[in-house]
Amino acid sequence: MSTGSKRLWQASPLTYGALILASLLSLFPFYFMFIVATRKLEVINAVPPPFSPGGDFGDNFGRVLDNEHAAFLYGLINSVIVSCAVTLSVVFFSALAGFAFAKLRFKGRNILLLAIVGTMMVPTQLAIIPLYGMMQDWGWGATLQAVIVPFMVTAFGVFMMRQYASSAISDELIEAARVDGCGTFRIFWSVVAPALRPAAGVLGLLTFMDTWNSFLWPYAILDSDTPTVQVSLALLSSAYYTDYAQVFAATAVATVPLLLVFVVFGRQIIGGIMEGAVKA
Amino acid sequence: MSLSAPPAPPQLVKPDTHRAPSSRRFRLSRWDIKYSPYIYVAPFFILFAVFGIYPVLQTARMALYDWNLIGDHTFTGLDNFTALMGDEYFWNAVKNTFGIFLLATVPQLLGALFLANLLNQNMRGRMFFRLMIVAPNVTSVAAVAIVFAVLFRRDFGLVNWVLGFFGVDAIDWKGQTWSSWTAIATMVDWRWTGYNTLILLAAMQAIPKDIYESASLDGAGKWRQFWSITMPQLRPTLIFVVTVSTIGGLQLFTEPVIFGDGRILGGAQREFQTIAMYMYEKGFNDLQFGYGSAIAWALFIMIILVSGVNYLLIRRSVK
Repeated sequence: MSTGSKRLWQASPLTYGALILASLLSLFPFYFMFIVATRKLEVINAVPPPFSPGGDFGDNFGRVLDNEHAAFLYGLINSVIVSCAVTLSVVFFSALAGFAFAKLRFKGRNILLLAIVGTMMVPTQLAIIPLYGMMQDWGWGATLQAVIVPFMVTAFGVFMMRQYASSAISDELIEAARVDGCGTFRIFWSVVAPALRPAAGVLGLLTFMDTWNSFLWPYAILDSDTPTVQVSLALLSSAYYTDYAQVFAATAVATVPLLLVFVVFGRQIIGGIMEGAVKA
Repeated sequence: MSLSAPPAPPQLVKPDTHRAPSSRRFRLSRWDIKYSPYIYVAPFFILFAVFGIYPVLQTARMALYDWNLIGDHTFTGLDNFTALMGDEYFWNAVKNTFGIFLLATVPQLLGALFLANLLNQNMRGRMFFRLMIVAPNVTSVAAVAIVFAVLFRRDFGLVNWVLGFFGVDAIDWKGQTWSSWTAIATMVDWRWTGYNTLILLAAMQAIPKDIYESASLDGAGKWRQFWSITMPQLRPTLIFVVTVSTIGGLQLFTEPVIFGDGRILGGAQREFQTIAMYMYEKGFNDLQFGYGSAIAWALFIMIILVSGVNYLLIRRSVK
Protein backbone atom coordinates (compact mmCIF):
# COMPACT_ATOMS: atom_id res chain seq x y z
CA MET A 1 0.00 0.00 0.00
CA SER A 2 1.26 3.49 -0.77
CA THR A 3 1.69 5.96 2.07
CA GLY A 4 -1.14 8.07 0.71
CA SER A 5 -3.66 5.26 0.94
CA LYS A 6 -2.33 4.30 4.35
CA ARG A 7 -3.15 7.76 5.59
CA LEU A 8 -6.54 7.49 3.93
CA TRP A 9 -7.34 4.38 6.00
CA GLN A 10 -5.77 5.46 9.27
CA ALA A 11 -8.19 5.80 12.17
CA SER A 12 -8.29 9.24 13.79
CA PRO A 13 -8.59 9.88 17.55
CA LEU A 14 -12.20 10.83 16.88
CA THR A 15 -12.80 7.32 15.53
CA TYR A 16 -11.35 5.79 18.67
CA GLY A 17 -13.48 8.08 20.79
CA ALA A 18 -16.68 7.06 19.00
CA LEU A 19 -15.81 3.37 19.21
CA ILE A 20 -14.98 3.57 22.90
CA LEU A 21 -18.32 5.28 23.51
CA ALA A 22 -20.11 2.55 21.55
CA SER A 23 -18.28 -0.12 23.56
CA LEU A 24 -19.31 1.49 26.83
CA LEU A 25 -22.94 1.63 25.72
CA SER A 26 -22.69 -2.05 24.80
CA LEU A 27 -21.29 -3.04 28.14
CA PHE A 28 -23.30 -0.80 30.43
CA PRO A 29 -26.48 -2.94 30.75
CA PHE A 30 -24.35 -5.98 31.64
CA TYR A 31 -22.49 -3.94 34.20
CA PHE A 32 -25.68 -2.52 35.66
CA MET A 33 -27.08 -6.05 35.87
CA PHE A 34 -24.10 -7.30 37.90
CA ILE A 35 -24.21 -4.27 40.22
CA VAL A 36 -27.87 -4.78 41.08
CA ALA A 37 -27.43 -8.55 41.34
CA THR A 38 -24.68 -8.20 43.93
CA ARG A 39 -26.22 -5.50 46.13
CA LYS A 40 -29.10 -5.04 48.50
CA LEU A 41 -32.55 -4.36 47.14
CA GLU A 42 -32.51 -0.66 48.15
CA VAL A 43 -29.78 0.08 45.64
CA ILE A 44 -32.26 -0.15 42.79
CA ASN A 45 -33.69 3.20 43.82
CA ALA A 46 -30.34 4.95 44.08
CA VAL A 47 -29.67 7.36 41.25
CA PRO A 48 -26.96 7.29 40.14
CA PRO A 49 -26.37 3.64 41.05
CA PRO A 50 -23.22 2.72 43.00
CA PHE A 51 -20.18 2.22 40.85
CA SER A 52 -18.88 -1.05 42.26
CA PRO A 53 -20.43 -4.49 42.82
CA GLY A 54 -21.39 -5.45 46.38
CA GLY A 55 -21.31 -8.66 48.36
CA ASP A 56 -24.97 -9.65 48.49
CA PHE A 57 -25.10 -11.94 45.49
CA GLY A 58 -25.36 -15.03 47.71
CA ASP A 59 -28.37 -13.60 49.53
CA ASN A 60 -30.10 -12.56 46.33
CA PHE A 61 -29.50 -15.80 44.54
CA GLY A 62 -30.59 -17.71 47.64
CA ARG A 63 -34.00 -16.09 47.29
CA VAL A 64 -34.06 -17.19 43.64
CA LEU A 65 -33.37 -20.78 44.64
CA ASP A 66 -36.08 -20.70 47.34
CA ASN A 67 -38.60 -19.41 44.83
CA GLU A 68 -40.67 -22.42 43.85
CA HIS A 69 -42.87 -20.53 41.44
CA ALA A 70 -40.03 -19.81 39.03
CA ALA A 71 -38.16 -23.14 39.47
CA PHE A 72 -35.01 -21.37 38.33
CA LEU A 73 -32.48 -24.12 39.03
CA TYR A 74 -34.68 -26.59 37.23
CA GLY A 75 -34.96 -24.17 34.33
CA LEU A 76 -31.19 -23.82 34.21
CA ILE A 77 -30.67 -27.58 34.08
CA ASN A 78 -33.39 -27.98 31.47
CA SER A 79 -31.80 -25.29 29.32
CA VAL A 80 -28.45 -27.04 29.47
CA ILE A 81 -30.07 -30.33 28.41
CA VAL A 82 -32.15 -28.77 25.64
CA SER A 83 -29.36 -26.57 24.26
CA CYS A 84 -26.82 -29.40 24.21
CA ALA A 85 -29.22 -31.88 22.64
CA VAL A 86 -30.33 -29.45 19.93
CA THR A 87 -26.77 -28.31 19.21
CA LEU A 88 -25.34 -31.83 18.79
CA SER A 89 -28.25 -32.89 16.65
CA VAL A 90 -28.23 -29.78 14.44
CA VAL A 91 -24.49 -30.02 13.83
CA PHE A 92 -24.62 -33.73 12.99
CA PHE A 93 -27.65 -33.71 10.68
CA SER A 94 -26.70 -30.40 9.04
CA ALA A 95 -23.20 -31.66 8.31
CA LEU A 96 -24.59 -34.89 6.86
CA ALA A 97 -27.10 -33.10 4.64
CA GLY A 98 -24.66 -30.33 3.76
CA PHE A 99 -22.13 -32.95 2.63
CA ALA A 100 -24.77 -34.68 0.51
CA PHE A 101 -25.77 -31.41 -1.17
CA ALA A 102 -22.23 -30.28 -1.78
CA LYS A 103 -20.46 -33.49 -2.78
CA LEU A 104 -22.89 -36.26 -3.75
CA ARG A 105 -24.74 -36.45 -7.01
CA PHE A 106 -28.40 -37.37 -6.88
CA LYS A 107 -31.59 -36.65 -8.74
CA GLY A 108 -33.47 -33.56 -7.56
CA ARG A 109 -30.50 -32.19 -5.67
CA ASN A 110 -30.87 -28.59 -6.80
CA ILE A 111 -34.60 -28.48 -6.28
CA LEU A 112 -34.32 -29.94 -2.80
CA LEU A 113 -31.62 -27.42 -1.89
CA LEU A 114 -33.78 -24.58 -3.17
CA ALA A 115 -36.68 -25.92 -1.11
CA ILE A 116 -34.52 -25.84 2.00
CA VAL A 117 -33.48 -22.24 1.43
CA GLY A 118 -37.13 -21.36 0.78
CA THR A 119 -38.25 -22.77 4.12
CA MET A 120 -36.14 -20.16 5.89
CA MET A 121 -38.77 -17.59 4.90
CA VAL A 122 -41.55 -19.23 6.91
CA PRO A 123 -41.89 -17.54 10.31
CA THR A 124 -42.41 -19.57 13.48
CA GLN A 125 -45.69 -17.84 14.20
CA LEU A 126 -47.31 -19.39 11.16
CA ALA A 127 -46.95 -22.89 12.59
CA ILE A 128 -47.20 -22.31 16.28
CA ILE A 129 -50.92 -22.69 16.98
CA PRO A 130 -51.42 -26.10 15.32
CA LEU A 131 -48.06 -27.19 16.69
CA TYR A 132 -49.38 -26.43 20.14
CA GLY A 133 -52.47 -28.55 19.52
CA MET A 134 -50.39 -31.34 18.04
CA MET A 135 -48.08 -31.46 21.05
CA GLN A 136 -51.06 -31.62 23.40
CA ASP A 137 -52.52 -34.51 21.36
CA TRP A 138 -49.25 -36.41 21.57
CA GLY A 139 -48.98 -35.81 25.29
CA TRP A 140 -45.88 -33.68 24.67
CA GLY A 141 -47.26 -30.58 26.38
CA ALA A 142 -44.85 -29.24 29.01
CA THR A 143 -42.16 -31.77 28.10
CA LEU A 144 -38.62 -31.14 26.96
CA GLN A 145 -38.99 -33.12 23.74
CA ALA A 146 -41.51 -30.48 22.64
CA VAL A 147 -38.71 -27.91 22.56
CA ILE A 148 -36.02 -30.29 21.23
CA VAL A 149 -37.44 -32.50 18.50
CA PRO A 150 -38.85 -29.83 16.12
CA PHE A 151 -35.47 -28.06 16.07
CA MET A 152 -33.13 -31.01 15.58
CA VAL A 153 -32.00 -29.88 12.13
CA THR A 154 -32.34 -26.39 10.64
CA ALA A 155 -32.40 -25.02 7.12
CA PHE A 156 -29.77 -22.47 8.10
CA GLY A 157 -27.49 -25.24 9.36
CA VAL A 158 -27.81 -27.35 6.23
CA PHE A 159 -27.19 -24.37 3.99
CA MET A 160 -24.20 -23.19 5.98
CA MET A 161 -22.58 -26.63 5.97
CA ARG A 162 -23.23 -27.04 2.28
CA GLN A 163 -21.50 -23.74 1.52
CA TYR A 164 -18.52 -24.69 3.62
CA ALA A 165 -18.28 -28.25 2.32
CA SER A 166 -18.31 -27.19 -1.34
CA SER A 167 -15.29 -24.95 -0.87
CA ALA A 168 -13.37 -26.86 1.81
CA ILE A 169 -13.43 -30.41 0.45
CA SER A 170 -12.01 -31.42 -2.91
CA ASP A 171 -13.81 -33.94 -5.09
CA GLU A 172 -10.54 -35.81 -5.57
CA LEU A 173 -10.36 -36.56 -1.87
CA ILE A 174 -13.78 -38.17 -1.94
CA GLU A 175 -13.01 -40.08 -5.14
CA ALA A 176 -9.82 -41.42 -3.58
CA ALA A 177 -11.70 -42.65 -0.53
CA ARG A 178 -14.24 -44.32 -2.83
CA VAL A 179 -11.52 -46.10 -4.74
CA ASP A 180 -10.17 -47.35 -1.41
CA GLY A 181 -13.54 -48.99 -0.92
CA CYS A 182 -15.05 -46.62 1.65
CA GLY A 183 -18.82 -46.53 1.87
CA THR A 184 -20.54 -43.14 1.76
CA PHE A 185 -21.07 -42.90 5.47
CA ARG A 186 -17.50 -43.96 6.13
CA ILE A 187 -16.34 -41.18 3.80
CA PHE A 188 -18.48 -38.71 5.70
CA TRP A 189 -17.26 -39.82 9.08
CA SER A 190 -13.52 -40.19 8.40
CA VAL A 191 -12.85 -37.74 5.58
CA VAL A 192 -15.55 -35.06 5.46
CA ALA A 193 -16.46 -34.55 9.10
CA PRO A 194 -12.90 -33.69 10.21
CA ALA A 195 -12.61 -31.17 7.39
CA LEU A 196 -15.94 -29.58 8.32
CA ARG A 197 -14.86 -29.01 11.91
CA PRO A 198 -14.35 -25.21 11.76
CA ALA A 199 -17.78 -24.59 10.25
CA ALA A 200 -19.36 -27.13 12.57
CA GLY A 201 -17.87 -25.26 15.51
CA VAL A 202 -19.39 -21.96 14.44
CA LEU A 203 -22.75 -23.57 13.68
CA GLY A 204 -22.66 -25.25 17.08
CA LEU A 205 -21.98 -21.96 18.86
CA LEU A 206 -24.72 -20.09 17.02
CA THR A 207 -27.20 -22.93 17.58
CA PHE A 208 -26.36 -23.18 21.28
CA MET A 209 -26.91 -19.46 21.82
CA ASP A 210 -30.10 -19.44 19.76
CA THR A 211 -31.55 -22.36 21.67
CA TRP A 212 -30.51 -20.99 25.04
CA ASN A 213 -32.24 -17.69 24.20
CA SER A 214 -35.33 -19.08 22.53
CA PHE A 215 -38.48 -17.71 24.13
CA LEU A 216 -41.82 -17.66 22.28
CA TRP A 217 -42.26 -21.40 21.73
CA PRO A 218 -40.97 -22.53 25.15
CA TYR A 219 -43.12 -19.84 26.76
CA ALA A 220 -46.18 -21.22 24.96
CA ILE A 221 -45.64 -24.94 25.45
CA LEU A 222 -43.79 -25.21 28.78
CA ASP A 223 -45.00 -24.28 32.25
CA SER A 224 -43.52 -23.69 35.68
CA ASP A 225 -43.07 -27.45 36.22
CA THR A 226 -40.61 -27.85 33.32
CA PRO A 227 -39.40 -24.37 32.36
CA THR A 228 -36.32 -23.44 30.38
CA VAL A 229 -34.22 -20.72 31.93
CA GLN A 230 -35.86 -18.01 29.80
CA VAL A 231 -39.34 -19.13 30.90
CA SER A 232 -38.14 -19.08 34.52
CA LEU A 233 -36.85 -15.54 34.01
CA ALA A 234 -40.17 -14.43 32.57
CA LEU A 235 -42.08 -16.03 35.45
CA LEU A 236 -39.73 -14.44 37.94
CA SER A 237 -39.83 -10.98 36.41
CA SER A 238 -43.59 -10.92 36.07
CA ALA A 239 -44.43 -12.15 39.57
CA TYR A 240 -41.55 -10.71 41.61
CA TYR A 241 -40.76 -7.52 39.76
CA THR A 242 -40.62 -5.63 43.04
CA ASP A 243 -37.67 -7.72 44.22
CA TYR A 244 -35.27 -6.53 41.56
CA ALA A 245 -32.23 -7.85 43.39
CA GLN A 246 -33.60 -11.37 43.13
CA VAL A 247 -34.64 -11.02 39.49
CA PHE A 248 -31.28 -9.53 38.53
CA ALA A 249 -29.36 -12.26 40.34
CA ALA A 250 -31.24 -14.82 38.26
CA THR A 251 -30.73 -12.81 35.08
CA ALA A 252 -27.01 -12.59 35.74
CA VAL A 253 -26.74 -16.34 36.31
CA ALA A 254 -28.69 -17.00 33.11
CA THR A 255 -26.37 -14.70 31.18
CA VAL A 256 -23.03 -15.98 32.48
CA PRO A 257 -22.93 -19.21 30.39
CA LEU A 258 -23.43 -17.15 27.24
CA LEU A 259 -20.80 -14.61 28.23
CA LEU A 260 -18.35 -17.45 28.92
CA VAL A 261 -19.01 -18.96 25.50
CA PHE A 262 -18.53 -15.50 24.04
CA VAL A 263 -15.29 -14.77 25.86
CA VAL A 264 -13.78 -18.10 24.82
CA PHE A 265 -15.14 -18.31 21.26
CA GLY A 266 -15.84 -14.66 20.44
CA ARG A 267 -13.43 -14.59 17.50
CA GLN A 268 -15.03 -17.65 15.92
CA ILE A 269 -18.50 -16.19 16.40
CA ILE A 270 -17.46 -12.93 14.76
CA GLY A 271 -15.81 -14.88 11.96
CA GLY A 272 -18.97 -16.91 11.47
CA ILE A 273 -21.20 -13.84 11.27
CA MET A 274 -18.90 -12.02 8.86
CA GLU A 275 -18.19 -14.97 6.56
CA GLY A 276 -21.86 -15.82 6.40
CA ALA A 277 -22.55 -12.26 5.32
CA VAL A 278 -20.13 -12.34 2.41
CA LYS A 279 -21.42 -15.66 1.11
CA ALA A 280 -25.11 -14.80 1.47
CA MET B 1 -13.87 -69.35 21.31
CA SER B 2 -12.04 -70.85 18.41
CA LEU B 3 -13.30 -74.25 19.51
CA SER B 4 -16.71 -73.51 18.11
CA ALA B 5 -15.39 -72.65 14.66
CA PRO B 6 -17.88 -73.72 11.99
CA PRO B 7 -17.02 -76.81 10.02
CA ALA B 8 -15.43 -76.17 6.67
CA PRO B 9 -18.05 -75.87 3.92
CA PRO B 10 -18.23 -78.65 1.37
CA GLN B 11 -15.95 -78.25 -1.59
CA LEU B 12 -18.77 -77.76 -4.05
CA VAL B 13 -20.16 -74.64 -2.45
CA LYS B 14 -16.83 -72.92 -2.05
CA PRO B 15 -16.65 -71.03 -5.35
CA ASP B 16 -20.11 -69.61 -4.63
CA THR B 17 -19.35 -68.34 -1.17
CA HIS B 18 -16.22 -66.84 -2.58
CA ARG B 19 -18.07 -64.88 -5.19
CA ALA B 20 -21.22 -64.01 -3.26
CA PRO B 21 -19.75 -61.43 -0.83
CA SER B 22 -18.04 -59.46 -3.57
CA SER B 23 -21.17 -59.24 -5.68
CA ARG B 24 -23.18 -58.40 -2.60
CA ARG B 25 -20.66 -55.71 -1.76
CA PHE B 26 -20.94 -54.44 -5.30
CA ARG B 27 -24.73 -54.30 -5.07
CA LEU B 28 -24.44 -52.74 -1.66
CA SER B 29 -22.12 -50.03 -2.88
CA ARG B 30 -24.35 -49.27 -5.85
CA TRP B 31 -27.27 -48.98 -3.51
CA ASP B 32 -25.13 -46.86 -1.20
CA ILE B 33 -24.13 -44.41 -3.94
CA LYS B 34 -27.62 -44.16 -5.31
CA TYR B 35 -29.72 -43.84 -2.19
CA SER B 36 -27.63 -42.71 0.74
CA PRO B 37 -27.77 -39.02 -0.33
CA TYR B 38 -31.53 -39.18 0.15
CA ILE B 39 -31.10 -40.70 3.59
CA TYR B 40 -28.70 -37.91 4.54
CA VAL B 41 -31.02 -35.11 3.54
CA ALA B 42 -34.13 -36.91 4.81
CA PRO B 43 -33.98 -35.81 8.47
CA PHE B 44 -34.50 -32.19 7.48
CA PHE B 45 -37.43 -32.95 5.20
CA ILE B 46 -39.10 -35.31 7.65
CA LEU B 47 -38.86 -32.80 10.47
CA PHE B 48 -39.97 -29.96 8.23
CA ALA B 49 -42.94 -31.96 6.95
CA VAL B 50 -44.13 -32.80 10.45
CA PHE B 51 -43.29 -29.59 12.31
CA GLY B 52 -43.35 -27.12 9.40
CA ILE B 53 -45.55 -27.89 6.42
CA TYR B 54 -48.26 -29.73 8.28
CA PRO B 55 -48.82 -27.02 10.92
CA VAL B 56 -48.61 -24.22 8.34
CA LEU B 57 -51.31 -25.88 6.23
CA GLN B 58 -53.28 -26.53 9.37
CA THR B 59 -53.02 -22.84 10.25
CA ALA B 60 -54.47 -22.04 6.84
CA ARG B 61 -57.34 -24.46 7.45
CA MET B 62 -58.04 -23.33 10.99
CA ALA B 63 -58.22 -19.72 9.84
CA LEU B 64 -61.30 -20.66 7.86
CA TYR B 65 -63.04 -22.22 10.85
CA ASP B 66 -64.62 -21.11 14.07
CA TRP B 67 -62.18 -23.39 15.88
CA ASN B 68 -61.85 -23.32 19.63
CA LEU B 69 -59.89 -25.75 21.75
CA ILE B 70 -63.10 -27.15 23.16
CA GLY B 71 -66.29 -27.61 21.17
CA ASP B 72 -67.19 -28.02 17.51
CA HIS B 73 -65.25 -26.69 14.58
CA THR B 74 -67.57 -24.92 12.21
CA PHE B 75 -66.49 -23.85 8.76
CA THR B 76 -67.01 -20.13 8.46
CA GLY B 77 -65.10 -19.27 5.29
CA LEU B 78 -63.47 -15.86 5.45
CA ASP B 79 -65.43 -14.72 8.51
CA ASN B 80 -62.31 -14.66 10.68
CA PHE B 81 -60.58 -12.36 8.20
CA THR B 82 -63.63 -10.12 7.87
CA ALA B 83 -63.78 -9.87 11.64
CA LEU B 84 -60.06 -9.12 11.72
CA MET B 85 -60.47 -6.21 9.32
CA GLY B 86 -62.94 -4.63 11.71
CA ASP B 87 -61.06 -5.51 14.89
CA GLU B 88 -59.70 -2.33 16.47
CA TYR B 89 -57.32 -4.27 18.73
CA PHE B 90 -55.81 -5.92 15.66
CA TRP B 91 -55.23 -2.59 13.93
CA ASN B 92 -53.86 -1.21 17.16
CA ALA B 93 -51.36 -4.09 17.19
CA VAL B 94 -50.48 -3.42 13.54
CA LYS B 95 -49.88 0.25 14.32
CA ASN B 96 -47.71 -0.61 17.33
CA THR B 97 -45.69 -3.20 15.43
CA PHE B 98 -44.92 -0.90 12.52
CA GLY B 99 -44.28 2.05 14.81
CA ILE B 100 -41.73 0.14 16.86
CA PHE B 101 -40.28 -1.40 13.71
CA LEU B 102 -39.61 1.98 12.07
CA LEU B 103 -38.42 3.56 15.29
CA ALA B 104 -35.97 0.68 15.74
CA THR B 105 -34.81 -0.07 12.21
CA VAL B 106 -33.93 3.37 10.87
CA PRO B 107 -31.52 4.38 13.68
CA GLN B 108 -30.21 0.83 13.81
CA LEU B 109 -29.19 0.80 10.15
CA LEU B 110 -27.72 4.29 10.29
CA GLY B 111 -25.81 3.38 13.43
CA ALA B 112 -24.56 0.13 11.89
CA LEU B 113 -23.41 1.93 8.73
CA PHE B 114 -21.64 4.54 10.82
CA LEU B 115 -19.89 2.01 13.07
CA ALA B 116 -18.96 -0.28 10.19
CA ASN B 117 -17.42 2.70 8.42
CA LEU B 118 -15.40 3.50 11.54
CA LEU B 119 -14.24 -0.08 11.95
CA ASN B 120 -13.19 -0.33 8.31
CA GLN B 121 -9.90 1.46 8.97
CA ASN B 122 -6.39 0.66 10.11
CA MET B 123 -6.47 0.73 13.87
CA ARG B 124 -5.33 -0.87 17.05
CA GLY B 125 -7.67 -3.19 18.90
CA ARG B 126 -9.95 -3.89 15.96
CA MET B 127 -10.86 -7.34 17.34
CA PHE B 128 -11.51 -5.80 20.76
CA PHE B 129 -13.96 -3.26 19.36
CA ARG B 130 -15.73 -5.89 17.28
CA LEU B 131 -16.18 -8.06 20.36
CA MET B 132 -17.51 -5.15 22.40
CA ILE B 133 -19.96 -4.08 19.75
CA VAL B 134 -21.43 -7.52 19.11
CA ALA B 135 -21.55 -8.58 22.79
CA PRO B 136 -25.19 -7.44 23.28
CA ASN B 137 -26.25 -9.85 20.56
CA VAL B 138 -25.24 -12.92 22.54
CA THR B 139 -27.40 -12.07 25.56
CA SER B 140 -30.84 -13.51 25.96
CA VAL B 141 -33.70 -11.26 24.93
CA ALA B 142 -35.47 -11.90 28.20
CA ALA B 143 -32.44 -10.71 30.17
CA VAL B 144 -32.10 -7.60 28.02
CA ALA B 145 -35.75 -6.77 28.45
CA ILE B 146 -35.61 -7.20 32.23
CA VAL B 147 -32.61 -4.89 32.57
CA PHE B 148 -34.00 -2.26 30.21
CA ALA B 149 -37.40 -2.31 31.90
CA VAL B 150 -35.60 -1.19 35.07
CA LEU B 151 -33.52 1.42 33.26
CA PHE B 152 -36.73 2.84 31.80
CA ARG B 153 -38.71 3.12 35.05
CA ARG B 154 -40.53 6.36 35.66
CA ASP B 155 -39.26 6.81 39.21
CA PHE B 156 -35.59 6.13 39.93
CA GLY B 157 -35.01 4.99 36.34
CA LEU B 158 -31.54 5.76 35.06
CA VAL B 159 -32.75 7.00 31.67
CA ASN B 160 -35.01 9.57 33.27
CA TRP B 161 -32.19 10.60 35.58
CA VAL B 162 -29.89 11.27 32.61
CA LEU B 163 -32.63 13.09 30.73
CA GLY B 164 -33.16 15.20 33.84
CA PHE B 165 -29.82 16.88 33.18
CA PHE B 166 -31.24 18.13 29.92
CA GLY B 167 -34.29 19.51 31.66
CA VAL B 168 -36.64 16.72 30.60
CA ASP B 169 -39.35 15.86 33.14
CA ALA B 170 -39.66 12.25 34.27
CA ILE B 171 -41.30 10.25 31.48
CA ASP B 172 -43.75 7.45 32.22
CA TRP B 173 -42.19 5.11 29.67
CA LYS B 174 -44.73 2.31 30.06
CA GLY B 175 -47.71 4.61 30.23
CA GLN B 176 -47.74 6.19 26.77
CA THR B 177 -47.61 4.96 23.23
CA TRP B 178 -44.62 6.91 21.95
CA SER B 179 -42.53 6.50 25.04
CA SER B 180 -43.10 2.75 25.25
CA TRP B 181 -42.29 2.38 21.56
CA THR B 182 -39.06 4.30 22.10
CA ALA B 183 -38.06 2.15 25.07
CA ILE B 184 -38.72 -1.08 23.19
CA ALA B 185 -36.97 0.18 20.04
CA THR B 186 -33.95 1.01 22.21
CA MET B 187 -33.79 -2.60 23.45
CA VAL B 188 -33.97 -3.91 19.89
CA ASP B 189 -31.25 -1.53 18.73
CA TRP B 190 -28.97 -2.28 21.63
CA ARG B 191 -29.16 -5.95 20.74
CA TRP B 192 -28.94 -5.78 16.94
CA THR B 193 -26.89 -2.74 15.88
CA GLY B 194 -23.58 -4.51 16.52
CA TYR B 195 -24.61 -7.61 14.62
CA ASN B 196 -25.58 -5.57 11.57
CA THR B 197 -22.37 -3.57 11.90
CA LEU B 198 -20.34 -6.76 11.48
CA ILE B 199 -22.32 -7.82 8.43
CA LEU B 200 -21.91 -4.43 6.76
CA LEU B 201 -18.23 -4.36 7.74
CA ALA B 202 -17.70 -7.74 6.07
CA ALA B 203 -19.24 -6.38 2.90
CA MET B 204 -17.17 -3.17 3.07
CA GLN B 205 -13.97 -5.15 3.39
CA ALA B 206 -14.84 -7.06 0.25
CA ILE B 207 -14.75 -3.83 -1.78
CA PRO B 208 -11.40 -3.53 -3.61
CA LYS B 209 -9.29 -0.78 -2.04
CA ASP B 210 -7.90 0.51 -5.34
CA ILE B 211 -11.31 1.90 -6.28
CA TYR B 212 -10.98 4.25 -3.34
CA GLU B 213 -7.39 5.05 -4.19
CA SER B 214 -8.17 6.16 -7.71
CA ALA B 215 -11.19 8.11 -6.44
CA SER B 216 -9.07 9.96 -3.94
CA LEU B 217 -6.51 10.72 -6.67
CA ASP B 218 -9.40 12.22 -8.58
CA GLY B 219 -10.01 14.45 -5.58
CA ALA B 220 -13.11 12.77 -4.16
CA GLY B 221 -13.46 13.41 -0.41
CA LYS B 222 -14.38 10.78 2.17
CA TRP B 223 -18.05 11.67 2.16
CA ARG B 224 -18.21 11.56 -1.61
CA GLN B 225 -16.42 8.21 -1.67
CA PHE B 226 -18.88 6.82 0.85
CA TRP B 227 -21.88 7.76 -1.29
CA SER B 228 -20.45 6.94 -4.71
CA ILE B 229 -18.44 3.81 -3.93
CA THR B 230 -19.35 2.24 -0.59
CA MET B 231 -23.13 2.54 -0.71
CA PRO B 232 -23.64 1.12 -4.23
CA GLN B 233 -21.28 -1.77 -3.47
CA LEU B 234 -23.18 -2.51 -0.29
CA ARG B 235 -26.53 -2.83 -2.02
CA PRO B 236 -26.95 -6.62 -1.89
CA THR B 237 -25.88 -6.66 1.75
CA LEU B 238 -28.24 -3.81 2.61
CA ILE B 239 -31.10 -5.72 1.03
CA PHE B 240 -30.13 -8.73 3.11
CA VAL B 241 -29.87 -6.76 6.35
CA VAL B 242 -33.16 -4.91 5.81
CA THR B 243 -34.98 -8.11 4.92
CA VAL B 244 -33.73 -9.91 8.02
CA SER B 245 -34.61 -6.89 10.18
CA THR B 246 -38.08 -6.78 8.67
CA ILE B 247 -38.76 -10.45 9.30
CA GLY B 248 -37.51 -10.14 12.88
CA GLY B 249 -39.05 -6.74 13.56
CA LEU B 250 -42.58 -7.59 12.47
CA GLN B 251 -42.50 -10.72 14.64
CA LEU B 252 -41.43 -8.75 17.72
CA PHE B 253 -42.64 -10.50 20.85
CA THR B 254 -40.25 -11.03 23.76
CA GLU B 255 -39.15 -7.44 24.41
CA PRO B 256 -42.64 -5.94 24.69
CA VAL B 257 -43.95 -8.90 26.73
CA ILE B 258 -41.25 -8.62 29.37
CA PHE B 259 -41.27 -4.82 29.27
CA GLY B 260 -44.95 -5.11 30.23
CA ASP B 261 -44.13 -7.35 33.23
CA GLY B 262 -44.95 -10.55 31.36
CA ARG B 263 -48.47 -9.51 30.41
CA ILE B 264 -49.64 -10.21 26.91
CA LEU B 265 -51.79 -7.06 26.58
CA GLY B 266 -48.76 -4.77 26.30
CA GLY B 267 -49.66 -1.95 28.66
CA ALA B 268 -52.89 -0.93 30.35
CA GLN B 269 -54.35 0.49 27.14
CA ARG B 270 -52.46 -1.91 24.82
CA GLU B 271 -49.96 0.84 24.11
CA PHE B 272 -47.31 -1.63 22.95
CA GLN B 273 -49.12 -4.84 22.10
CA THR B 274 -47.58 -6.21 18.87
CA ILE B 275 -49.23 -8.45 16.27
CA ALA B 276 -47.40 -11.51 17.59
CA MET B 277 -48.64 -10.71 21.09
CA TYR B 278 -52.21 -10.32 19.88
CA MET B 279 -51.94 -13.66 18.12
CA TYR B 280 -50.70 -15.19 21.35
CA GLU B 281 -53.53 -13.58 23.30
CA LYS B 282 -56.19 -14.94 20.96
CA GLY B 283 -54.59 -18.34 20.32
CA PHE B 284 -53.17 -19.32 23.69
CA ASN B 285 -54.98 -17.22 26.28
CA ASP B 286 -58.47 -17.21 24.77
CA LEU B 287 -57.88 -20.53 22.95
CA GLN B 288 -59.55 -19.22 19.79
CA PHE B 289 -57.36 -21.20 17.42
CA GLY B 290 -59.26 -20.15 14.30
CA TYR B 291 -59.00 -16.44 14.96
CA GLY B 292 -55.40 -16.75 16.13
CA SER B 293 -54.54 -18.56 12.88
CA ALA B 294 -56.09 -15.76 10.85
CA ILE B 295 -53.84 -13.29 12.70
CA ALA B 296 -50.82 -15.51 11.96
CA TRP B 297 -51.59 -15.47 8.24
CA ALA B 298 -52.18 -11.74 8.24
CA LEU B 299 -48.75 -11.30 9.84
CA PHE B 300 -47.09 -13.55 7.29
CA ILE B 301 -48.66 -11.68 4.37
CA MET B 302 -47.50 -8.38 5.84
CA ILE B 303 -43.94 -9.69 6.18
CA ILE B 304 -43.90 -10.71 2.53
CA LEU B 305 -45.36 -7.39 1.36
CA VAL B 306 -42.99 -5.25 3.42
CA SER B 307 -39.97 -7.31 2.40
CA GLY B 308 -40.97 -6.87 -1.24
CA VAL B 309 -41.40 -3.10 -0.86
CA ASN B 310 -38.06 -2.83 0.94
CA TYR B 311 -36.38 -4.74 -1.82
CA LEU B 312 -37.77 -2.49 -4.53
CA LEU B 313 -36.99 0.70 -2.57
CA ILE B 314 -33.38 -0.22 -1.90
CA ARG B 315 -32.83 -1.46 -5.42
CA ARG B 316 -34.06 1.79 -6.80
CA SER B 317 -32.59 4.30 -4.35
CA VAL B 318 -29.08 2.85 -4.13
CA LYS B 319 -27.66 2.52 -7.59
